[in-house]
Amino acid sequence: MARGSTLPAPRRGLRGAIAYRGGEGMLAWAFHRISGIAVSVFLTLHVVSIFMVGANPEFYDYIHLFYASVPGKVAEVLLGAALLYHALNGTRIVVMDLWPALTAYHRQLWRIVWITFFTLGLPGAYIILSRIWETAK
Amino acid sequence: MSGVPRARQPRPKGRGRELTYWLLTRYTALALFVLALAHYTMTHFVYDSSEQTAEWIKQVRWNSLAVRFVDWSMLVIVMLHSSLGMRTVVQDYFKGRAQSIVLGLLYTLTAVLVALGSHVIITLPLK
Repeated sequence: MARGSTLPAPRRGLRGAIAYRGGEGMLAWAFHRISGIAVSVFLTLHVVSIFMVGANPEFYDYIHLFYASVPGKVAEVLLGAALLYHALNGTRIVVMDLWPALTAYHRQLWRIVWITFFTLGLPGAYIILSRIWETAK
Repeated sequence: MSGVPRARQPRPKGRGRELTYWLLTRYTALALFVLALAHYTMTHFVYDSSEQTAEWIKQVRWNSLAVRFVDWSMLVIVMLHSSLGMRTVVQDYFKGRAQSIVLGLLYTLTAVLVALGSHVIITLPLK
């Protein structure tokens, strides 16, 4: 597919920003961007909270109680999912960028990303979420 | 073509600063694949995240210069990677003067986070 000539002209505004332009590449790009922004936001909060270990340990322990709560465990799984997807798809991008010949196999690489994501992610999510009923006992 | 999302950023032409940033994003990505995933595994699977209190971090996790060095390296590498990534995001959605202002805020935030993280890693007393 010739890029550029077949793509519709970009639309402006919100509809333009979320318009689906087709193909695995677009989805991979959108998920990569969303997960990257999400992890960056967490990282900002995380560095500030770890700073509190030295500056104000009581405050650190207080905000850290969130990790023991049910929403906290769900947030942990979502963070892990964003991190894992970003790492796997990022590896796919690095592979294609540093060895451009492999771009021909981008669909297969995309499938490997998702197979690995669920193979590692589902047991991982189970381990984290099972602590909800362990602590409830 | 500007404004059309693509699966990945094309390799910049020439050998300028943009190419350095582009390569740096990819090399830090490879390091973070190991560092960040190992960090998540340690803090969420090996240990229960809710057990890692401030006292635990002092007594156990950061009671080792080697671990502190690895964590500080991860801080620097991840802040490089995330600020370069957010720079691309900002350049996509902001133009002109607004872009310069938001990029300025991004770089300031990055510097503050590196300073806060370095401060606690260096000054927290070793037991």
